[in-house]
Amino acid sequence: MSALPPDMDAAGFARLLGELRGAVGSDWVWSGAEDMFPYRDSFSPVWNTGEERHASAAVAPENVEQVSEVVRIAKRHRVPLFPISTGKNFGYGGPSPNVNGSVVLDLKRMNRVLEVNEARNYCLVEPGVSYFDLYRHVEERGLKLMLDVPDPGWGSPIGNALERGVGYTMPHFRDHFGAHCGMEVVLPDGEIMRTGMGALPGADTWQEYPYGFGPDPAGLFAQGNFGVVTKMGFRLLPLPEYYRTGLITVPKRRDLIKLIEHVNYLSDSGMISEVRFASPLSSRMADPDFAALATKLGGPSDVEMDTAAEAVDLPSWAVDLQFLGPQAATLAQWEYAKDRILSDIPGAQAIAGDHFKLPATEQQLENTTQPYASGIRRKAALGVPSLGIWEIVRDDGHVGFFPVIPRDGEAVFEAQRVLGDAQREFDLPPYFSAITVPLFWHTHTFQMVFAPSVKHDDPEHNAMVHRAMKKMVAVAAEHGWGDYRASPIYQDDVSATYSFNDHILRRFHEQLKDAVDPDGIIAPGRGGIWPRRFRS
Amino acid sequence: MRLLLASAALVALGCGAVAAQQVARTGPGAEELQAGKRVYAHWCAPCHADVPSLAGTMSLAVKYEGSDIPAALEDRTDLPAPVISVFVRNGVAWMPPFRKTEISDADLAQLNAYLTAPLEDRGAHVPLLAEEMVRMQEGGE
Repeated sequence: MSALPPDMDAAGFARLLGELRGAVGSDWVWSGAEDMFPYRDSFSPVWNTGEERHASAAVAPENVEQVSEVVRIAKRHRVPLFPISTGKNFGYGGPSPNVNGSVVLDLKRMNRVLEVNEARNYCLVEPGVSYFDLYRHVEERGLKLMLDVPDPGWGSPIGNALERGVGYTMPHFRDHFGAHCGMEVVLPDGEIMRTGMGALPGADTWQEYPYGFGPDPAGLFAQGNFGVVTKMGFRLLPLPEYYRTGLITVPKRRDLIKLIEHVNYLSDSGMISEVRFASPLSSRMADPDFAALATKLGGPSDVEMDTAAEAVDLPSWAVDLQFLGPQAATLAQWEYAKDRILSDIPGAQAIAGDHFKLPATEQQLENTTQPYASGIRRKAALGVPSLGIWEIVRDDGHVGFFPVIPRDGEAVFEAQRVLGDAQREFDLPPYFSAITVPLFWHTHTFQMVFAPSVKHDDPEHNAMVHRAMKKMVAVAAEHGWGDYRASPIYQDDVSATYSFNDHILRRFHEQLKDAVDPDGIIAPGRGGIWPRRFRS
Repeated sequence: MRLLLASAALVALGCGAVAAQQVARTGPGAEELQAGKRVYAHWCAPCHADVPSLAGTMSLAVKYEGSDIPAALEDRTDLPAPVISVFVRNGVAWMPPFRKTEISDADLAQLNAYLTAPLEDRGAHVPLLAEEMVRMQEGGE
């Protein structure tokens, strides 16, 4: 399915493509249905419908100078560009743009690891570098550093960070945008800007101090459309000496409240790596009576859930703890965590898990000796990229809604009830029930997950998923829970929920957009930010 | 339609041409296949290597259960180059299509050469990246 850029005819499009070929070479510009097929969002719930967004062409520069030239050409032709890094943002739109007819600015060829500094614990990379690439670079050089990787290793550290993606190690590294330090950006007029200490010629601290002097605009480029990020620095964790795990269970439903408070303390004190909450009762969902109780309208009572747990002699909640650091320190932290929680919650129990010196062996990475059921994916927990997560993907992919929930047990219970009731009208697996646990990914907050699958050959199912996504976004927002990241087809819906003071945040962004990019050259609509040209 | 064509091509090929996967998969393999093997290792193996828990391998194991078609792509001898190309450029189910900035036409030709070569010429299975790096570190210590 071909599309033309907005306000452009075929002849103008041909002239545009000619200029783009002049800038990057004829081998690196594509158009037409066949070559553009891989630029569609293959996880789209609006696949093959009028709502699907189609790019008109793709252009792949090999360096920042070519990016700048492409932006200048696009500006002359008033053509929207949609930058992608490795293009693997599946569940959130993949490589497809917000605006039909956009030209995808495919940065995959810019794949250099520019620096990894082992003594000062940082890296500087280009957008086309994947986590696989960066991991190989670090390991081949024997550098004693640990990455923090998201689920699929083919993603880009820059792309993932700009989407505010997450990983699975220590708290301040899991927030990938938060762990960045310094960026280079091509602005909508083609100028090249560096943030933080990168703005000071001769500074050797670009990846050590992110702010420089004055306002720091770096945040504008995450989920935004104010420029094309061409370099980005990241802080890295020195390879810890030792890895230790342990499981703590608590018997009663309301024990989750205290358990969360303890985990908050441990995490905010820097004592633990990623945490996985779980309900051992999840194994009971195969029993229709239990499933009916857990998904009951308005939620079951605490007594009902405690009775159900006691009947099968299972604890209500569990938490996987992980420790990274010197061997003696990880042991002391595990002992401390056990004492702290077991002395405060009657009936709490602790089981020591695998522990070993890093780097892990192949067998340790395979995670086959843990003495308890664990939701931890070992490779990700140790910063080793893989595609192991794809075992959970079904049908033709899925979309994702991950509302931000307070790190508080009562809030978790409320979210279980409200979101569980909201999804009842849809014929979908119960993403929310009385046993749904929070995800502790971002450094200081919880999220929950709603990720229904899509089916290319079942438009009715997809339409139902599409309605469900919009409803969940709206219902969550009524309770103060906002999505953290969205596909282009949902970005306006999500942006609209961040509405304090008559949407002043969005209006402020629009003012900025009008000032630096009134024609919408860089990803108009991304983040719900539309320039004047497209608002009318 | 693209997927239907690919499926039809597989059906047309039948299921009989795969018994040779028992050939010993050791050694480096033919020199002229190394480039294609690297493409396979980087782009395909993370999901399709000979590891049952990987999503691609698991999915194909289910698809071909009861047949003699192996689940690991690297062991397949029934995939002609045009079929491989269709899957690479169009994806299937939740496997997304791959762009030319990821797997260029030249890369794809090398990949096709590797995956259509006789098994004895392909040499040992490629390791997963993590395994390769761990073995390298352990070998260096």
